[in-house]
Amino acid sequence: MNALYALFAVVALMLLAFLGVSTADLNVLFGAIVPYAAVSVFLIGVSYRVLKWATVPVPFRITTVCGQEKSLPWIKSSPLESPHNGVYAALRMALEVLAFRSLFRNTRISLAPDEKSIGGKRIVYSSNFFLWLGALAFHYCFLIILLRHFRFFTEPVVFFVPLLQDLDGFFQVGVPGVYMTGLIFVAAVGYLLLRRFSNPQVRYISLAADYFPLFLLLGIAGSGILMRYFFKVDVVKVKELMMGLIGFHPVVPDGIGSLFYIHLFLVCVLVAYFPFSKLVHMAGIFLSPTRNMANDNRAHRHINPWNYPVDVHTYEDWEEEFKDKLIAAGLPLDKG
Amino acid sequence: MSSEELDIKPEELLDFDYDPPQKDWMDPSVAFRKGTYCYSAAPKNLEYLGLPNPRDWQPHDKDWKLPPDWKETILDGMKDRLSKFRSFQLFMDICVRCGACADKCHFFIGSGDPKNMPVLRAELMRSVYRNDFTAAGKILGKLAGGRELTEEVLKEWFYYFYQCTECRRCSVFCPYGIDTAEITMMARELLNLVGCNINWALEPVANCQRTGNHLGIQPHTFKDSLEFFQDEIEDITGIKVNLPINKKGADVLFVVPSGDYFADPGTFTLMGYLMLFHEIGLDYTWSTYASEGGNFGLFNSHELIKRLNAKIYLEAKRLGVKWILGGECGHMWRVVNQYMDTMNGPADFLEEPVSPITGTKFENAKSTKMVHICEFTADLMQHNKLKLDPSRNDSLRVTFHDSCNPSRAMGILEEPRYVLRNVCKHFYEMPENTIREQTYCCAGGAGLGTDENMEMRMRGGLPRGNAVRHVQMKHDVNRLACICAIDRATLIPLVDYWAPGVEVTGVHELVGNALVMKGEKERELSMRGDPLNEMEDDEDV
Amino acid sequence: MLRDLLSRKRSSIVEKWFDLLLETYPEDTSKFLRREKDPFANPVRNTILQGIEGLCDEILKEDESPEALNAFLDKIIRIRAVQDFSPSQALAFVFFLKTVIRDVLGKEIRENHLHEPLLLLESRIDEMALRAFDVYMGCREEIYELRVGEVKRQREAAFRMLERSERAAKKRLEKQETSSRDAD
Repeated sequence: MNALYALFAVVALMLLAFLGVSTADLNVLFGAIVPYAAVSVFLIGVSYRVLKWATVPVPFRITTVCGQEKSLPWIKSSPLESPHNGVYAALRMALEVLAFRSLFRNTRISLAPDEKSIGGKRIVYSSNFFLWLGALAFHYCFLIILLRHFRFFTEPVVFFVPLLQDLDGFFQVGVPGVYMTGLIFVAAVGYLLLRRFSNPQVRYISLAADYFPLFLLLGIAGSGILMRYFFKVDVVKVKELMMGLIGFHPVVPDGIGSLFYIHLFLVCVLVAYFPFSKLVHMAGIFLSPTRNMANDNRAHRHINPWNYPVDVHTYEDWEEEFKDKLIAAGLPLDKG
Repeated sequence: MSSEELDIKPEELLDFDYDPPQKDWMDPSVAFRKGTYCYSAAPKNLEYLGLPNPRDWQPHDKDWKLPPDWKETILDGMKDRLSKFRSFQLFMDICVRCGACADKCHFFIGSGDPKNMPVLRAELMRSVYRNDFTAAGKILGKLAGGRELTEEVLKEWFYYFYQCTECRRCSVFCPYGIDTAEITMMARELLNLVGCNINWALEPVANCQRTGNHLGIQPHTFKDSLEFFQDEIEDITGIKVNLPINKKGADVLFVVPSGDYFADPGTFTLMGYLMLFHEIGLDYTWSTYASEGGNFGLFNSHELIKRLNAKIYLEAKRLGVKWILGGECGHMWRVVNQYMDTMNGPADFLEEPVSPITGTKFENAKSTKMVHICEFTADLMQHNKLKLDPSRNDSLRVTFHDSCNPSRAMGILEEPRYVLRNVCKHFYEMPENTIREQTYCCAGGAGLGTDENMEMRMRGGLPRGNAVRHVQMKHDVNRLACICAIDRATLIPLVDYWAPGVEVTGVHELVGNALVMKGEKERELSMRGDPLNEMEDDEDV
Repeated sequence: MLRDLLSRKRSSIVEKWFDLLLETYPEDTSKFLRREKDPFANPVRNTILQGIEGLCDEILKEDESPEALNAFLDKIIRIRAVQDFSPSQALAFVFFLKTVIRDVLGKEIRENHLHEPLLLLESRIDEMALRAFDVYMGCREEIYELRVGEVKRQREAAFRMLERSERAAKKRLEKQETSSRDAD
């Protein structure tokens, strides 16, 4: 049900863009106003979110420790799992952001037949890494695709774009050359979506807000792929439009084709939706107190800005209350 | 699960409807079935601590006697905490519901209750957050995953947040480090605002506030107990160990969880400490005022943590010691490692800890000035300062249960293993994904280790019990060692049910067995008073 | 004859029986129980499967060993006794075996007129159900014993603490008496 709502929303958005451009001739709206609005919403929204998080204090150092702490010099510590200073905490974060370390942690054990072992079975350790792989493929392809699109935003085209295009189109299949990342991206998003349907635990916890971005991404990728390989749009005019937007001299050339506007509109929706949704996890992870702090609490005092005095049963009151018993037991008193 | 379902005719049994009700998780429903929840806190404990809404009630009552403005109180409390804890604000916002944590909770694995998936446990609160604190939730309501806070939702919170042991296992697997323990702590603080607390978590706090320890043991009884252990040690070793209590000017203040001087098998561990300190001639002292290392405040609210924890530094200052040594305890070390210095420091009246025996500087504790006993003992062993006879533990086949907090809130994994390997010859690890940072909880931590909750504890204890059973079958393991006082109490029924025949032990109990003391008589008895060479037979009982 | 058929179809009987049993859990859970094969990440699946296989093998034997039957029943019931099931729900799985056998071997039984051996087999399953009831009660009793045990341990510890105090008080008194005698 949640998935249906989300799918319906995405289809409606696509129709909106299509009808807007093809029948109502709202090219200026979809080609200039919406993109500007979306980017503004994105920038303001994300700044707001990050500022909001950043202004909330971190009262305690609550690192989640995943390995041996640094203690005695002869005990081998795991600085990446239990960082003892800021540098290692940053490296740990880098590992988390760049390699999705925690997702990779899903060690699995299965019993494999083995005649030599007791009971004819032995333990085999393996890593159940499909979620990890799917997530990693998805995020990296997204990044590369985004960078590839810089050919529309820069003149002269920045140096890494041809490089990426060459790498991405390495296998030189088809004309125009098929980009691997496009295919992997769709496959990965498809897997993440399929997983939400087929894995009952994940389906149970999934909200409309979990399906919506996935459908949206499929819509974006789908319209992009159609444009590139099947229903060609005028790339020169697209670039003209994009450069106009970038240079704050918006021009909306005629005859680009409504498919492009659908693509652009869905991207705008994604960008504008970003700060209000779980997609902000991208920014949030850097602020996560269990991951971005060193496990050095006993070596360096962490300050809680709102630390306040509390009612403590002081020694003096305590001694007064148990005086007789202390005397009977022959324990010394502070107040003779 | 009521009586009408028991009136089934045999033929109907086969027509049983096995499909679970296909309900959305957002519809709150909790059946408080005996054996699966903890009883409410007695009003006298709330009154002593000055907490709101003391009254007689039980979770299975229909009317929870909530204050009329309870909803406002909770929502205001949430708002307040969202602005004070970045963890809370962030963890409410950034979960992508990827499901990596879903099957990592021991309560989910053992019970199969989907609401025990960490993500869903957190969603119980997140749904209310979305409804009342986000624009999308305010406009779209349920479609944006929002849910109104009703009395039913509150009951559900009570049931599931007092069904989380704050073990942080899920947090290890979360790509954003979302820590359900943190959310549970917030939920419990909020529940505390309207007087929905459990006695097993709160009575120790009231006791500790008054007497200085969770069990309410008064100073004279404390001293009598330690003297009794002194005599026991004399019976076993022929040596009368020294027993300094409230000694001003000692080098070290020693703090243990009160369970260790209250009940077996913690008492054997405590005897191990006494022997060790005597043997190395440590100038230290016990305290009757700071007679508790553990901190059940942790299972109620941050304020209560601070109130109880303050006594340790206060006492260290009063006695004029140089630094503090802490015994084997799980949540105590979470508090010491992650809260003590921040809450009640700086401990600038103490010195940076240095072992007077080996000269080792404990640089990792230079600010808190508190050293873990396993760090201390491992250092002694590494410097060959102890004469050990591990063959005295030959009848024991030992495995080690990493306690949640020392592993995931501190990272003390190698020290206890190093100590164990030095004092016993038969040591076997449980499977990789059940130990160290991936260790499974005893299912009785965070104030849930009470008898009325036994059925739930057995559910949550299955993953741990299963791993113990595995090494029991494979390596004849008969001792489960741990460095946590809650474990020493809660693992006993756990292994009785899931791996009968295994006994629970503290690491320093085994140190006490193996420690060769100067001038001791021929050791015939273990710390438990069992004949050393016949101990094996006893294990089968 | 029936026994031969059964042993030939053992794996599909085990599989179906196990499937039916898992369906007694909430849907979200049963899929997890089925999918996750790591015996330490998913002890419920592993243990119950061992129990089911063991019971199948025992029932295939000419005369089953009561100890073995109890042990395999215990594996399954020990878990279900602490989960959110009423007694009937916890134990219904035993009767599923009847359904499974009719399901898997129905055609062969009709064709070969094996109704009589089937009835005999089913009465053995009934016996197994009675055993299961004993095992279930045993587990439940154990839980209550654990509860009582815990309360007892605490009470005993409190008593011992009291004893230690009394002993200390007596000592102090003796000391006082000697010192006052010395003073006289």
